[in-house]
Amino acid sequence: MMPVQDIFTVAAVTLGSLFFLAGTVGLLRFPDTLTRLHALTKADNLGLGLVVLGLLPQVSSPLGWIGLIAVWLLALLAGATVGQLVAGAVRPPDGTPAQRGNPPA
Amino acid sequence: MSLTAPVDLGLALLLLGLAVWVIAASATYRAAEGFIAYGLVLALVWVRLGSVDVALTEAALGSGLTGLLLLRAAARLPPADPAERARPAKGVRVLAGLLCAVVTAGLAAVVLLLPEPAPTLAPAAAASLPATGVGNPVTGVLLAYRAVDTLGESIVLVLALIGLWSLAPDAAWGGRPGALTTAPAGSALRFLAQVLPPFGILVGIHLLWVGADHPGGKFQGATVLAAMWVLVIIAGLRRPPPVTSRATRWLVVVGSLIFVGIGAAGIWLAEAFLAYPDGLAKPLILAIEAALTLSVAVILGLLLAGPPEAERPTERRS
Repeated sequence: MMPVQDIFTVAAVTLGSLFFLAGTVGLLRFPDTLTRLHALTKADNLGLGLVVLGLLPQVSSPLGWIGLIAVWLLALLAGATVGQLVAGAVRPPDGTPAQRGNPPA
Repeated sequence: MSLTAPVDLGLALLLLGLAVWVIAASATYRAAEGFIAYGLVLALVWVRLGSVDVALTEAALGSGLTGLLLLRAAARLPPADPAERARPAKGVRVLAGLLCAVVTAGLAAVVLLLPEPAPTLAPAAAASLPATGVGNPVTGVLLAYRAVDTLGESIVLVLALIGLWSLAPDAAWGGRPGALTTAPAGSALRFLAQVLPPFGILVGIHLLWVGADHPGGKFQGATVLAAMWVLVIIAGLRRPPPVTSRATRWLVVVGSLIFVGIGAAGIWLAEAFLAYPDGLAKPLILAIEAALTLSVAVILGLLLAGPPEAERPTERRS
């Protein structure tokens, strides 16, 4: 019988991996850049968050917790910024879609 | 072990696939992108091999910094016309392929025919490690046993920067490096450049500090510091210093100067160039690492910032 924290870890990391999988499928299958970005940033943020949440019980030191959570927060910050940058590159500020084949917003 | 075998096999296949992609990619930009991904996967492979020091260096320098340099070079190259691309004659290509195959086969033979157990100096290096006062054998090798190599590396970086600066046209001399400030940055990037540097600087110093006893060290720390500086420059919050700035030049050379100075002092105090007096090895190594981190960070940032450019009237004020 596994201890409770191990069961929690397996469940959370598995769920997180599913979000990574869903994000990757979205990246490959969605029709245009903006929806692909949506799939990637949303799913990765949640997926990494769940993986970090699942790993927390495996770390004994408070510094380790802070480190893990810092990794997640930094990834959130980087993901959100890069999402904005890529979206800004394909969609100029005046709102006209730069890409051909983009569905109207 | 059996559980990790599929992961290792997947990593190896992914690495080989990316290597083929980089070579086969028709557009320079795509090849550079593939090279970045290749470096990140290679870093994971180094982690699997237990070489976290090498993995950190590969991810920071091999993938991140070199990748950025390659992307910038690709962006500045004129778009290649596939019709005009010179394709070597068939004989040349067959010959090149044969030579590459011979080199690969030779390397494979060397690795596969190693005697069992493979010859290694690792036990000797580990046995003498307490004398250096550092706990990370990689740092021990880099700054105690083979300090002369590391000294050479730090000077090579200075020479690389001089080489880059010498590419500037005469009219641009004295100007500021301009390769990173090409487009006005959006608010998202400016926000990141305001929020991230404090954490990045902390991480860089942490990497330098733990390098004495754990994976990390000056090159990894300096790359993170340089990345923070470059981020601030790209976001337009600060401009890179003019190449004639005396303070910048001092920062570029201070690491090598202190390294050479401590090394030369070893001739009198410890009977050899780059030898450390008994009991002082660790503080001296830390002093060299700290000064080198500063210099390497400044040099890497300036290398990314490119050669100086003539001042443009439309440029934003800092």
